[in-house]
Amino acid sequence: MTVPFPTRKQEEWRYADLDALRPVWEQFAEPRTLTIGAGESFEDVWLPTADDVHVRRMQIALEPGARTRLFVLNTAPVYGRIELDVSLDEGSEFDLFGAIVGTGLSTNEIVTVVKHIGVGGRSRQTIRSVLNGKATGSYLGRVEVARGAQQTDAEQSVKAMLLDRGATANCKPELEIFADDVKCAHGATVGELDAMQLFYAESRGLDPVSARALLLEGFVMGLWDGIENAAQHEAIATAAKDALRRVV
Amino acid sequence: MLEITNLHATVADKPILNGVTLDVPAGEVHAIMGPNGSGKSTLAYVLAGRPGYAVSEGAATFDGHDLLAMEPYERAAAGLFLGFQYPVEIPGVSYLQFLRESLNSQRRSRGEDELSAGDFIKLAREQAKLLGMDAEMLKRPVNVGFSGGEKKRAEMVQMSILAPKFALLDETDSGLDIDALKAVGKGINRIMRAPDKGVLLITHYERLLEYVRPDRVHVLQAGRITRSGDIELARELESTGYAEAAA
Repeated sequence: MTVPFPTRKQEEWRYADLDALRPVWEQFAEPRTLTIGAGESFEDVWLPTADDVHVRRMQIALEPGARTRLFVLNTAPVYGRIELDVSLDEGSEFDLFGAIVGTGLSTNEIVTVVKHIGVGGRSRQTIRSVLNGKATGSYLGRVEVARGAQQTDAEQSVKAMLLDRGATANCKPELEIFADDVKCAHGATVGELDAMQLFYAESRGLDPVSARALLLEGFVMGLWDGIENAAQHEAIATAAKDALRRVV
Repeated sequence: MLEITNLHATVADKPILNGVTLDVPAGEVHAIMGPNGSGKSTLAYVLAGRPGYAVSEGAATFDGHDLLAMEPYERAAAGLFLGFQYPVEIPGVSYLQFLRESLNSQRRSRGEDELSAGDFIKLAREQAKLLGMDAEMLKRPVNVGFSGGEKKRAEMVQMSILAPKFALLDETDSGLDIDALKAVGKGINRIMRAPDKGVLLITHYERLLEYVRPDRVHVLQAGRITRSGDIELARELESTGYAEAAA
């Protein structure tokens, strides 16, 4: 069975670079699936590859009391897409820490659908984007709270930094709630580097490029603070720093 | 060391400095006092090179070099330090990283070797201790969550680590309690009182000057130096106020 090629009329593909996706669609059409058993914990770090087009699609089912934390860096030179469909059963927790660093004409996006299907689930998505040139960075995040999934605690924090006038950040939170005792929060900001912070750093001796790089590191690198595996932390921190040096 | 000649500057097309002339030779500490809006902070920002502060006339040289032709980071590498009236918060960047990169950037500009991480941490701990600041605070993001007094103390720690030739201190004493004021005064003397260094201290109040003992005191009013004298001038201002002093 072949999954039909998406169209831009589908909300979750609205900002995608479908021309870039078409030649490689076959290998990504079927999402990978993962089940985290009751009470188990899972942590993973997704690094960028050298490919021009890099798509990762995954469905994750969290059984009661399961915990998952994902740390992802999306920085494809042409088109990068990270797509997650996560369902949370009773008392489970899901954290996503994601960064998009885009340059040139690239399109990078993170698309999440988080479904709270059991009581007392907790989900967090923290996304930071840094874009220069004519790059596009998008985050589409839907949170669904099923009837009966009371005491759900869901939160999204999305911030984008635009370094050039031609860069674009899209941010679309979406909530669909069918329970009445839930906490669902989301915040989104789009901004540029702060002139006073830049002057402060330059007054200490940092040249303008180093000052910008340092401020951008401050904006992004806090995402990786919670990674328990030191080698994985080092890998994603290094990859993110390299990507940031390219957009400064 | 720092020579300012007939300096005029505007901010958003509004004239703020209207012909400041001032000479701070090496080995001296000068204080600038003046009412709100007289141009004290503008003078500090112009000398440090803040974007948006435009010089319309006049000159400023530092050790004979044209200060106004240099970028802010070049001024820092040349040995100029600005202590901010309102130190800026930088979330996500630790003080240790911020100062190590700043110091090494200055050292590279001057053709000196960079300091290793180990040597830098040792230096930073020593200097924090000398200024009565908990060294653990250096692991925190730059100025984030610091009280007003802690920010000013941290400016002094930065100054001692970066070891400039000349310090422009913009109301470093504002917002400090008496103990912190004393610590800052002692810090300025320890770090900057030397035959080859100089300080321009901007302040509203005379109290810090009792600790630092400036060689000269100048009054800035409406963008111009209207009076100069020794510390007695500062004491006089403290009792009479600026309005009478100008009369």
